[in-house]
Amino acid sequence: MGKPGRLASRPGVLFRLVGFPLAWWPRLALAVLAGFATVASGIGLMATSAYVIASAALHPSIAELQVAIVGIRFFGLARGLLRYLERILSHDLNFRLLGRLRLWLYNHLEPLAPAVMMDYHSGDLLARMVADINTLENLYVRALAPPLVAVLVVGLTCLLVGSLAAPVVPLVLAALTLAGGVLPLAAFALGRRPGRQEVETRSDLYVALVDGVQGVADLVAFGKEPLQWNRTQQINRRMVHLQAQAARLTGLQDAMGGLIMQWAVVGALWLAIPLVGSGRLSGVQLAVLILAVMAGFEAVQPLPQAFQTLGQSLAAGRRLFRIADAVPAVVDRPEVLSSIPEAWETPPALAITDLSFRYGEHEPWALERISFRVPPGGCLAVVGPSGSGKTTLVNLMLRFWDYQSGRIDVGGYELRHLTQHVSRQLFGVVSQQTFLFNATVWDNLVLARPDASRDEVVWAAEQAHIHQWIDSLPDGYETWIGERGVRLSGGERQRLAIARALLQRSPVLILDEPTSNLDALTERAVMNELDEVMRDKTTLIITHRLAGLERADEIVVLCNGRIAERGRHSALVDQQGLYHRMWRQQRQEAPFSSLANPTDLWYK
Amino acid sequence: MNLDRRLLREAWAARAALLLTIALGLASAILLVWQAYLISEVLSRVFLGGNGLSDVRHRLLLLALLATGRAGLGWLGHVAAHRVASQVKSEIRERLAAQLLALGPLYATGERTGELITVVTEGIEALEAYLAQYLPQIALAALVPLTFLTFVFPLEPLSAVVMLLTAPVIPLFMVLIGQAARALTLRQWTALGRMSAHFLDRLQGLPTLKILGRSRDQGLAIAEVSDRYRQATMSVLRVAFLSAMALELVATLSTAIVAVQVGLRLLYGRMDFQYAFFVLLLAPEFYLPLRLLGSRFHAGTEGAQAAKRIFEVLESPVCVPGAADYVVTGQSGEAPAPQGVLVPGVVEFQGVAYRYRPDLQPALHGLDLRLDPSSMVGLVGPSGSGKTTIARMLLRFMEPQEGRILADGRPLSSIPAPAWRSCTAWVPQTPTIFRATVWENISLDLKAPGDRSTCGCRDRVMWAAQQAHAHTFIQALPNGYDTVIGEHGARLSGGQIQRIALARAFLRDAPILVLDEATANLDPEHERLIQDAIERLISGRTVLLIAHRVGTVARADRIHVLGGGRIVESGTHLELSHQNGVYRRLLMACAMDGEGQTR
Repeated sequence: MGKPGRLASRPGVLFRLVGFPLAWWPRLALAVLAGFATVASGIGLMATSAYVIASAALHPSIAELQVAIVGIRFFGLARGLLRYLERILSHDLNFRLLGRLRLWLYNHLEPLAPAVMMDYHSGDLLARMVADINTLENLYVRALAPPLVAVLVVGLTCLLVGSLAAPVVPLVLAALTLAGGVLPLAAFALGRRPGRQEVETRSDLYVALVDGVQGVADLVAFGKEPLQWNRTQQINRRMVHLQAQAARLTGLQDAMGGLIMQWAVVGALWLAIPLVGSGRLSGVQLAVLILAVMAGFEAVQPLPQAFQTLGQSLAAGRRLFRIADAVPAVVDRPEVLSSIPEAWETPPALAITDLSFRYGEHEPWALERISFRVPPGGCLAVVGPSGSGKTTLVNLMLRFWDYQSGRIDVGGYELRHLTQHVSRQLFGVVSQQTFLFNATVWDNLVLARPDASRDEVVWAAEQAHIHQWIDSLPDGYETWIGERGVRLSGGERQRLAIARALLQRSPVLILDEPTSNLDALTERAVMNELDEVMRDKTTLIITHRLAGLERADEIVVLCNGRIAERGRHSALVDQQGLYHRMWRQQRQEAPFSSLANPTDLWYK
Repeated sequence: MNLDRRLLREAWAARAALLLTIALGLASAILLVWQAYLISEVLSRVFLGGNGLSDVRHRLLLLALLATGRAGLGWLGHVAAHRVASQVKSEIRERLAAQLLALGPLYATGERTGELITVVTEGIEALEAYLAQYLPQIALAALVPLTFLTFVFPLEPLSAVVMLLTAPVIPLFMVLIGQAARALTLRQWTALGRMSAHFLDRLQGLPTLKILGRSRDQGLAIAEVSDRYRQATMSVLRVAFLSAMALELVATLSTAIVAVQVGLRLLYGRMDFQYAFFVLLLAPEFYLPLRLLGSRFHAGTEGAQAAKRIFEVLESPVCVPGAADYVVTGQSGEAPAPQGVLVPGVVEFQGVAYRYRPDLQPALHGLDLRLDPSSMVGLVGPSGSGKTTIARMLLRFMEPQEGRILADGRPLSSIPAPAWRSCTAWVPQTPTIFRATVWENISLDLKAPGDRSTCGCRDRVMWAAQQAHAHTFIQALPNGYDTVIGEHGARLSGGQIQRIALARAFLRDAPILVLDEATANLDPEHERLIQDAIERLISGRTVLLIAHRVGTVARADRIHVLGGGRIVESGTHLELSHQNGVYRRLLMACAMDGEGQTR
């Protein structure tokens, strides 16, 4: 995919991340308000309690306390209810955010695929991205809301304190800022380096532990268990040491938070007591003041955690943006055709002329001046050892990359003059690794054409010799396949892929190593079935297995991105060149497993 | 409640730190009582006694001092709690790592691998919260409120009684609601996991969707699925959160009751302001440990769950003799030296039988097999015929359930497994490539990163790599032999991995070789190099070959065709191909396959 995302040089990760929840700002505001009201009722509860008790000490009539007593009960109830409301609101927001982030990621990856999946080792990368998205899900509840709530609560506390004893306000404000802002920031900064070390060591430890599971056979067979155990122990000890360091830091942070609050209370008393003496503050007010200050600190307690979550979110966001911002390998220009009038009553010719391509400016040519032509309804095979450029050729036809020079024409249309979408509609593909979704058989088939009728789907399945098998499944076409459903054999997968390609009704068929994961018997059966399918299509077979290539009108042998030989099967075999060598070797080294489980053979 | 007895026994090993954590928590609680008392005293003096700042100054200073003390105690408590967790985790981690090695390859096979990896990594981490938070909190949730009561009771018996009566409501609620809430939370997690899986599935299938021209509209489908899950989950959460609300309400309303009750009695002059305020300050702190226990309950559940699985692994019996020796001695870093030099001589399987599970067909029964020194025995048969089981027994990954194996007339079971293995080498079908340098991958002397003790046998490793035709491609790697390969490192092709495995075997230079031929689709060029390396490796050794190719097995001194756990045919290639049996049919089929490709 080439260029890295532009974000590497732009410090806007936080702004872009904040942009996501902002789309629901009314909900966001409501959730923050609910969070604020929860803490505020805590302050209210303690303050009114202090008021009631302090006033009662002066023995007024009960009527004077009635309102405050109701207040205590109200705040006590409200706090629970508000907390409930806040949790519902914020979780709802979380889920909305999650959905939106997924959609965003998908929409950004869509133009990048499959290039992006080849650059980063796919499985890893995708799982990592899904995990990153899940991390970002907490961005609102754990990282954005707490500071907002804290700011509101600090405001309220200062207002309350100010209305009672203005000289105490600076102290309270300073203490709250210290506990809620300076302390977490300092801890964050201090914890960064050891944190990174810890992450590294944890990853080393996991590697060692995973090796002990995955590689146990190799290690045991070579008598290396004691060494492996030693290594694990060594890393483990280092991890213990680092974690102890980290615990000292987080413990210190916790302790300091408590200390600041308690000193603030002492300080508030120190400043307020003289005010009582001078008559500017009543004893009752002093009691209220002290408890309000204590309760106000509840809002800054979650802030250290929020900073940590924010750090994780930023890291996750940076990783995601770096990938999502990458420039797609192929971009549709505005002047290209976005539809083709043709209905393809007869299959078109496929012509490749002087095609050259390399993945990057400094890379060697993956394909160099390739030319061949498949006549309408004809069949051409491209063969060659791995790394010879076969896969690249398919990638170019499917417009996953754009070629630098030369042209590919289908039925007189040059691919680069069409949108990617239209280009791809020209090709039906059956590839080596058929990807089937965790969904029903039906859903997997109609992916090719959502408006297909039942008859059409059944027709395609029959053509691919898979209809009977589907019918025999417990729920027929509605049976789930994939991880949580029925497991498929290689032959069944390929036949589903063939049915899917048929449903697509594309005029050109690309068979990209369609049988290389199959055993010899199934391979032959599938190839025979493909013969029927190929009859009214223009077909390109890409393969390194030389079985059944007599059917091709022409065979093109690729080697290091160039055409090394071409001709029909029999001619190429006689020629004593690369094709001949490959063919001879595949015959000699016939593996037993190419007969995988023709059980009758073993036990006749 | 979530107390795993075995885990408690482990925690007991760290009892000093655990008890210290609890003691520090208690000490901090006592200081808190003192603080509350001082604050109420100061307020009372200023408010009703007309005292000025100078009168209470030393009390305020004492308060500041107490605060500092509590912070110190809190810090120590945190460190001690972590100490408990880290000590136990580290101990369990080391035992688990050793146990997995002792259990051997048979235990960690197939589908179990992924799950075991989760156990040794995240499983152990899940104990952290259990040990550092949940466990001490159980003690503190009982002890701290009781401490408060002992101080409140003499001063304010009635409030103490109110607190005593309301306190049990919180754990009671927790247990009552907790069960239902846990089930709901679990469902929510499953739903979330499923949604993630759906998303990952679509991302992985993006190229396919693109080819089919359906990639754009799938975005909408993803949004729709997310939204459906949100609605379903929210309706669950609305109920689940009620439990949290109930807990919150109990705690705050109890505080309110105490406050009102104290206020009213104060109003009628039945109590002292100072004590009333003291009680008010303590009331929220009184319920706090109980609420904390509630919030840590989930962490406790997770930890207990993980512990269950960890102990299952730790308690699995180790069935290969000698395998667990170093687990007991533990510290030795060197491979156990074989007693004297072991000469394997003739290896004989006599009436060997094995059954993996009672409900399965026997993998082997009544098997007799003879491996003469410096000869090659080929095993041919469909998957499940017992080839792998024979290889595993020869490598001492497992012992026969019936019959015996003799080496030079000595029962194999009388020789410690590590000593026996020192005279075997193994080239598996799918060798593991470790995330380490090429040096380490060939010598298998895996090092902790940063461990500078170098491999003392670089020349030998390089020699082995040359023998295996691996030297050239290794030198072409970015850092040669120091290149880190494996996941996230430089990627190797199937043929290169195979040659690394061969280099391991060359380096091992053992008299017995177990060779599991790979059938990966290799390029013609690689194929030749590997074949050549194998030829060189097998010469002069006793070889057990699990054959996948006609070409290699043909030159074995003796070929056994296996079927259903026993030998159905034996002989040389020549004998077998003239005998009208399975082997001949196999040859014919392969030949026919080749013919089919030509004409």
